[in-house]
Amino acid sequence: MDHILTYMTFVPIAGALIVLCLPSAAHNLIRWTAAIATVPPLLLAIWLFVNFDRTQAGFQFVEHYPWIPSFNIEYFVGVDGISITMVLLTALLSFLCMFASWGIEKAVKGYFALFLLLDAAMMGVFVALDFFLFYIFWELMLLPMYFLIGIWGGPRREYAAIKFFLYTLAGSVLMLLALLALYFTQTPHTFDMTKLMAAHATYSHSFQTVIWIALFIGFAIKIPAFPFHTWLPDAHVEAPTAISVILAGVLLKMGTYGILRINFGMLPQATAELSYYFLGALGTFNIVYGALCAMAQKDLKKLVAYSSISHMGYVMLGMASFTPQGIQGAVLQMFNHGTVTAMLFLLVGVIYDRAHHREIEGFGGLASIMPVYTGVTGLAFFAAMGLPGLSAFISEVLVLLGAWQKYPGLTAISASAVILTAGYLLWTLQRMFLGKVNEKYVSLAEISGREIFTLAPLAVIVVILGVYPHAILDLMSRSLNSLNQLVLASL
Amino acid sequence: MNLGNLPSLGYILPELILVVTILAVFIADLVVREKERLGELALAGAALSLLAVARLASTPGGWLFSKMIVQDPFGVFFKVIFALAAMAAIWMSLDSKEITGPNQGEYYGLLLSSTLGMYFMASSANLLMAYLSLEFVSLTSYALTGYLRHDRRSGEAALKYLIYGGVASGTMIYGMSWLFGLAGSLDFVQINSALAHGDPNKLAVFIAVLLTLAGFGYKVAAVPFHMWVPDVYTGAPIPVSAFLSVGSKAAGFALLMRVFYPALSQLGADGSWQFLPGVDWPQLVLVLSMVTMTLGNLSALSQRNLKRLLAYSSIAHAGYMLMGFVVLSNEGLRAMMFYMVVYYLMNIGAFLVVMIVANSTGREDIDGYRGLAWRGGAAPAVAMAIFLFSLTGLPPLAGFVGKFYLFAAVIRQQLYFLALVGVLNSVISLYYYARVVRTMFLDLPEGDEAPVTVSMHNGALMWGLSAATIVLGLYWAPIIALADRSLQFFMG
Repeated sequence: MDHILTYMTFVPIAGALIVLCLPSAAHNLIRWTAAIATVPPLLLAIWLFVNFDRTQAGFQFVEHYPWIPSFNIEYFVGVDGISITMVLLTALLSFLCMFASWGIEKAVKGYFALFLLLDAAMMGVFVALDFFLFYIFWELMLLPMYFLIGIWGGPRREYAAIKFFLYTLAGSVLMLLALLALYFTQTPHTFDMTKLMAAHATYSHSFQTVIWIALFIGFAIKIPAFPFHTWLPDAHVEAPTAISVILAGVLLKMGTYGILRINFGMLPQATAELSYYFLGALGTFNIVYGALCAMAQKDLKKLVAYSSISHMGYVMLGMASFTPQGIQGAVLQMFNHGTVTAMLFLLVGVIYDRAHHREIEGFGGLASIMPVYTGVTGLAFFAAMGLPGLSAFISEVLVLLGAWQKYPGLTAISASAVILTAGYLLWTLQRMFLGKVNEKYVSLAEISGREIFTLAPLAVIVVILGVYPHAILDLMSRSLNSLNQLVLASL
Repeated sequence: MNLGNLPSLGYILPELILVVTILAVFIADLVVREKERLGELALAGAALSLLAVARLASTPGGWLFSKMIVQDPFGVFFKVIFALAAMAAIWMSLDSKEITGPNQGEYYGLLLSSTLGMYFMASSANLLMAYLSLEFVSLTSYALTGYLRHDRRSGEAALKYLIYGGVASGTMIYGMSWLFGLAGSLDFVQINSALAHGDPNKLAVFIAVLLTLAGFGYKVAAVPFHMWVPDVYTGAPIPVSAFLSVGSKAAGFALLMRVFYPALSQLGADGSWQFLPGVDWPQLVLVLSMVTMTLGNLSALSQRNLKRLLAYSSIAHAGYMLMGFVVLSNEGLRAMMFYMVVYYLMNIGAFLVVMIVANSTGREDIDGYRGLAWRGGAAPAVAMAIFLFSLTGLPPLAGFVGKFYLFAAVIRQQLYFLALVGVLNSVISLYYYARVVRTMFLDLPEGDEAPVTVSMHNGALMWGLSAATIVLGLYWAPIIALADRSLQFFMG
């Protein structure tokens, strides 16, 4: 188990290479091979969850090798309490999404090979501790994503794919400049994140501010924070179901993860100064804006997409609070949003596969036609709403409790937005599942076993974390508290 | 080491091999009926010359032919690139629908002559030698561009190339005459010491540098001497466009570096260069670099002909490479040399796919690429995507590493604005490169397009270049070490 993180990252790439060697016509063989390639990372993730030392704040399962010695670039991976939650989420969603992709019939080989490459890149982003390596994985994600949206997406897929690509690249090139600037501050020059974090006190004030903002723009595009969010509705709506799940479930978290890991860890002083506006106020705006936009949507998938913007706002607000509750709530919210929104997108996919449209108004009385589907959707909607007893409630309450101590005004606005969230979700439930049965859809098939299989693990997690959030909170509290102390010390 | 004429001959074996091959091609042209054999002969000559260059890598530096030519690792590095570019161009020509007919002997002879001129450009030690070799490369390039005699575009391109070339080299030699007047010598080393220890008129030196820059700017395709590029790349046969875009550009950069670094600057102990007092050329080149990349990328946005698109992209890349030139450090020069290698792989590769498609369908416009990935045989589309994304500078492809080193050199010198312009240009360039990828992968064929077949011959080069583009994107330590070792100018 010495190289556990390496295995988790590179087994999918090996899977992708195997898939590429299979005959194109053997669709089922390709599907099963791809699915099996995501099993080892999942099992290792479970092993990691069990064996992770919860009393340590630092990095564990570290691997450290030179890569390009002349430029001091290293292969350096490890996890701490912040990244392990994301690693778990990535491994789980990668596995489930393979099964959610079973219905893909066009160029099956290409789809699964690219999907596995995407899995590897996502895992790499969360485990990388060398800034250069982090950047490589961050960018490596773009190529498969572009093709996955562009080839297998909906009617406006070309537009959505290039828009996603351009937005993300624009953000990441700013990150490239920032990482080079940080690299040259050290003697000897280094991309080692732990060294760059340790040297945080040596950066001058103006340098910190400029680098912080450059990095923030890169990450804010990914979150996505207003005004960089416009790629999200397009990309999420046009992407095939499994890719929407990955986009919302994992990719958005990279933005907030990057801010925590890099902006907080390396530039705590600038973080302390700039967070109110860039994270707190902007996060609150995201919450309200996303909810209002969601309310106005006629397309179910677009509604879920905008709800993501709203929910990611809680993460930003919690991070800005610099209180233990707030920041733990933020990371817990990242995890919970990953599971809940994954369920929502999967459920949208289920109904779209049957009815071939997603107009909310076009349905009615589905509860009597598809009772099981209705039940699962109800659970997911209530979880997204933040109903007590389900996971998102805990994280939102923690965020609001933490933020209240610092920004009562913003917190009051954010808390009120919960009403908006409940509004659009309940209204959607009412229009789709209750009321008069739409005669067109009386013969819709009930949710299938494979679809249940992709949803059930997520539903179980949502319920468990609703009553026992410590399963995740224990993992991260040490690391987050020490990070929080670092920022508080420079306030 | 300062050798006279006869002892020098042993050190110019690569050049001699080329000369012999050129003569052999011309003679064989008279007797051989199967003209394809001539290409194979030329290929063998270029390969032998490459081996001879490689053998010279470990010899100590020195002057040849009474200080007309210099032998040093820097020159060897570029000669390897020229030889490889010539080999790739000949390899492409062997299976090109444009390079056929009875005139192939001339074609291969001219191609090798151009390569010979590039060899001399990279190893000039004297303004006269620099000018003569540059003109030699230009003249052969004009003829190569106009090789398609019955194609009006080809003729027009050659004429434009000639006129722009004439203006640029006239300006350059005027500037060189100023340098000669100021320094009293044509020799790079003596110019350097005269400018450093004398007290030349600053304005006069600046004007001399400015005018000299014209000729080099023309060769590397930098603004404002870039106007010939789109027409020439579009009109010339595709292997010639590929050859010019890499070989001619590399030769221009080699000479540019040799004149502006060892001749017009002085190396400090810490690996940073100080330009000579009064010659404030970096500011000028900095502006040129930003304008070149921006103009190249913005013009490429609306191109529908692939060769023309690659021409504007080649202008943009000249701008990127100039970033390494303005930072006045060995890191910048090393980054440029590394970028040349990477650029060779991806740009030859892109032109190769253009040729494969043109061979198969006769089309060079972007609509000819519609649904290329779905017409049966996705290989050219996949390879093209690799080359284009590498040109954009996306990891894990070699183009990213090249750009990374350039940006690192720029950030190191704290030229943040230049770096910002550079990265934003990369984002702009993504749009037009991705448009080609979109047409190949995201658009579906409309039904009547024929599948594109790849011959074994072209396929071997295509996969070789693609594999190298990926491998260098993951592990490039040997190449950067080579560039590091090669960064030695012999100054006596």
